[in-house]
Amino acid sequence: MIAPSAYLALAAILFSIGVLGVLLRRNALVIFMSIELMLNAVNLTFITFARMRGTLDGQVLAFFVIAVAAAEVVVGLAIIVAMFRRKQSASVDDARLFKW
Amino acid sequence: MVNGLLAQSQFPSVVRADWLVLLFPAAGALILMFYGQRMKRAAGPIATLLMTASFVVSAMTFFQVVARPEGSRVFIQTLYRFFNAGSLSVKVDYRIDPLSIVMMLVVTGVGTLIHLYSIGYMRGDPREGRYFSYLNLFAFSMLLLVMANNFLIMFVGWELVGLCSYLLIGFWFDREQAAVAAKKAFITNRVGDFSFLIGLFLIFAHFGTLDFGRVFSSAPTAITAGTATAIGLLLFGGAAGKSAQIPLYVWLPDAMAGPTPVSALIHAATMVTAGVYMVARTHVIYDLGHSAAIVVACIGAATMLMAGLIAIAQDDFKRVLAYSTISQLGYMFIGVGSGAYVAGMFHLVTHAFFKALLFLGAGSVLHALADRADITKMGGLWRKLPWTTFTFVLGWLAIIAFPGTSGFFSKDQVLEGVYGAGHTSLWAIGVIGAAITGFYMTRLLVLAFFGKSRDTEGLHPHESPVSMVFPMVLLGIAAIIGGFLINGNGENGRLARFLEPSVGPRIVASAPSPGSPQTPVAGVLPHREGGLSGAALSAIATGAGVGGAVVALAMYGGLWDWQRRRENPGLAWRALRNKFFVDDVYQFLFTSVGRLVASALAFVVDAKVIDGAVNNVGTVTTRVAAAGRRLQTGLVRSYALGILGGSVLLLAFFIARAVR
Amino acid sequence: MERVVFILMAVGSVGSAVWMVFATNTVHSALALVANFFALAVLFVLLEAHFLAVVQIIVYAGAIMVLFLFVIMLLGVDRKDSLRETIRFQVPLTYLFVSGLLGLLIYTVRAAFDKTAFNGLQQANASGNTQGLGRLLFTHYLFPFEVTSLLLIVAAIGAMVIGKRRAASETEPEDEDA
Repeated sequence: MIAPSAYLALAAILFSIGVLGVLLRRNALVIFMSIELMLNAVNLTFITFARMRGTLDGQVLAFFVIAVAAAEVVVGLAIIVAMFRRKQSASVDDARLFKW
Repeated sequence: MVNGLLAQSQFPSVVRADWLVLLFPAAGALILMFYGQRMKRAAGPIATLLMTASFVVSAMTFFQVVARPEGSRVFIQTLYRFFNAGSLSVKVDYRIDPLSIVMMLVVTGVGTLIHLYSIGYMRGDPREGRYFSYLNLFAFSMLLLVMANNFLIMFVGWELVGLCSYLLIGFWFDREQAAVAAKKAFITNRVGDFSFLIGLFLIFAHFGTLDFGRVFSSAPTAITAGTATAIGLLLFGGAAGKSAQIPLYVWLPDAMAGPTPVSALIHAATMVTAGVYMVARTHVIYDLGHSAAIVVACIGAATMLMAGLIAIAQDDFKRVLAYSTISQLGYMFIGVGSGAYVAGMFHLVTHAFFKALLFLGAGSVLHALADRADITKMGGLWRKLPWTTFTFVLGWLAIIAFPGTSGFFSKDQVLEGVYGAGHTSLWAIGVIGAAITGFYMTRLLVLAFFGKSRDTEGLHPHESPVSMVFPMVLLGIAAIIGGFLINGNGENGRLARFLEPSVGPRIVASAPSPGSPQTPVAGVLPHREGGLSGAALSAIATGAGVGGAVVALAMYGGLWDWQRRRENPGLAWRALRNKFFVDDVYQFLFTSVGRLVASALAFVVDAKVIDGAVNNVGTVTTRVAAAGRRLQTGLVRSYALGILGGSVLLLAFFIARAVR
Repeated sequence: MERVVFILMAVGSVGSAVWMVFATNTVHSALALVANFFALAVLFVLLEAHFLAVVQIIVYAGAIMVLFLFVIMLLGVDRKDSLRETIRFQVPLTYLFVSGLLGLLIYTVRAAFDKTAFNGLQQANASGNTQGLGRLLFTHYLFPFEVTSLLLIVAAIGAMVIGKRRAASETEPEDEDA
């Protein structure tokens, strides 16, 4: 009843919103959360394809994505904490060593 | 035998070794260039000895050539192949035939005498060795020019004599006058050489070869009269530069800043005659392109008249002789332009004798007076310089064409040839020229050598050493009896018969004057029915010359207070004295206008446009870089934006491709 | 019925996503994201991915977001972030590119999958979703499975190293720009 393209379109929309968040916010945590949103949109896509094709491979991939996302969050938050300790600020704009 | 050309095995051994004629002066030039300064006083005698050897070989060749029967006197010897470029194959080869052997004898003979003279004249000069090296180099170049068997080698010699002329005119390069004169000579020559070169291109374009034999034998069938005219005019452009005709004569008077023996050799006897030789050598072209020949004759006439008039008003000893040379060259061109090639060459030979003699005499006078050349301050030199005066008088007799002298015979032949070809107006101008010649030469003679001394500085002139007097005496003898010896008794004389194969019967594309039948042996002296006889022509010409001399004798000998007249010169005299302001016109046209163009180019084109373009490249680069630098914000989010933008574009591209 | 749930959950997930991006308070953002995860979990159930739906809630919402909240609290909860943009052209260009991206993606989806229908996971889920997943995981995807466990260990160690508080003598002055 619900066509796959609906799910896929929803995933696309979520992905775009995640991109918006990455580009428009300065707070490192919010950017990180937006990335998680993007990963979730991708998960939705995988699972939709799995059901489309009648196999569970897509779900396995989504499973791995969740696992790796967890690991990534751990490391990333550690980095944000370390950065905050240095500069007392969580803004990504403060890291501009590459400015000419 | 084709065209009298023998197989090489039939060449006499002397002809086969004639490259020695070229080798001796070339070797001298080389050796003296490197060791000349170290040799000091020995440089001169060595150079002279080499020239004498060259002359001896030339003379031997001459006798061998004469010994041959009349039809078989052309020898060509190939030295080596110069280069092959496409369809053009150029060999370095020399040609011994009556015309070239005459020139060789003149160059080596007069050249040897002048080398001998220079030993005395240049004594004490710090760069004596270099001088003799250049003199030998000049002899080599001139011989290369006259012995060449194709246009390219002739052009090589042509250019080389121009170079030597530059080196020798500017020999005393620390004198600004000499350096400037040398430059002027070279540049003016160069203009002429450019014209010559275009002529060579035309020849190659139409004939496919530059070899004399092939060009001349195929000329009547290979090219039209129009082309021949074009070629003739272009080649004559070069001759005008080298032989100082209008409009390229301006370098010769200034060239008197060089050592006088140089003037004698280069500007009286040899280099300037290269143009006349060239016209005689390429007579086939001028016979075909008759309009070009007419132009040659007319320019010769105009030059002769103009230079003669200027000579009347000059006060510098050598300048009178310089303009005289230009004028006499005009004579020769009137001759060869009218088809009287033999007469032109004859006058070339006799002129070599007496003009060289006159110049050597000038050198002697300058040597005695420590380079003071103003004839208005001379006078009475005959007492202190008897030999110089005597030989100078011999030369004077020849140049005014006093009966019996060589100049008499040659000038007569030229005028007879012009008249016979139907150009009565040119002949009349020639007669007037003879009168003017008589006038200014006598003026020079009287003012410089006779009368009371007008010297104000208390100079003590002394006669020149034997090494200088001896050549003058020899030349004096040649100037007097040479004409008679060479030419026998006038037309169809020995020289005429000798040269005829080289300057051959005229190939008439269109008859010059329909009323007069031309004899087939027309390279010599065409006869004209119903005109004046030879004797009448001779009498008129001689009368003009001697008459001019008498007038000058009277005027400057005491009848006319010329010194007072000098204070207020009239317009005519001033025009003559200032050489008709030609030099000033050239100066304005070329120097001033040229300078204007140069400064426009330098300050506008170069500084603003070109420098601007180059600088702008730098400026643009800097600005673009400055703008581009703003991409480097150092902010992560800007870069993220860039990534997003790039990936969107890529995605769009691939989707578009996939959709299609 | 399915349709109603889908629409509800879709709206919910999009709404919470937007709220997450534009909330000034970071804690609000985190909570919005949690809501988003819940909505997605329901959608997973709709798609017959029961195991993953639960995993999503337990791991993602329950563990990862908790971590996030810890760090937020560490950095100060009542910070109010400013939404004013400092980089020129960032906002308009972002919207431009993102709308481009969205347009392309939607277009691709429509063009490629408009006619496809679900095959359904009846067969794959025959002995249960978890069992099916397990079978795949321990046969075809064994190697990535083991590598992922290694990855988790490495991540834990890495976080410990990065987060370690260094003694005063160990900290070097950084060479930063002004």
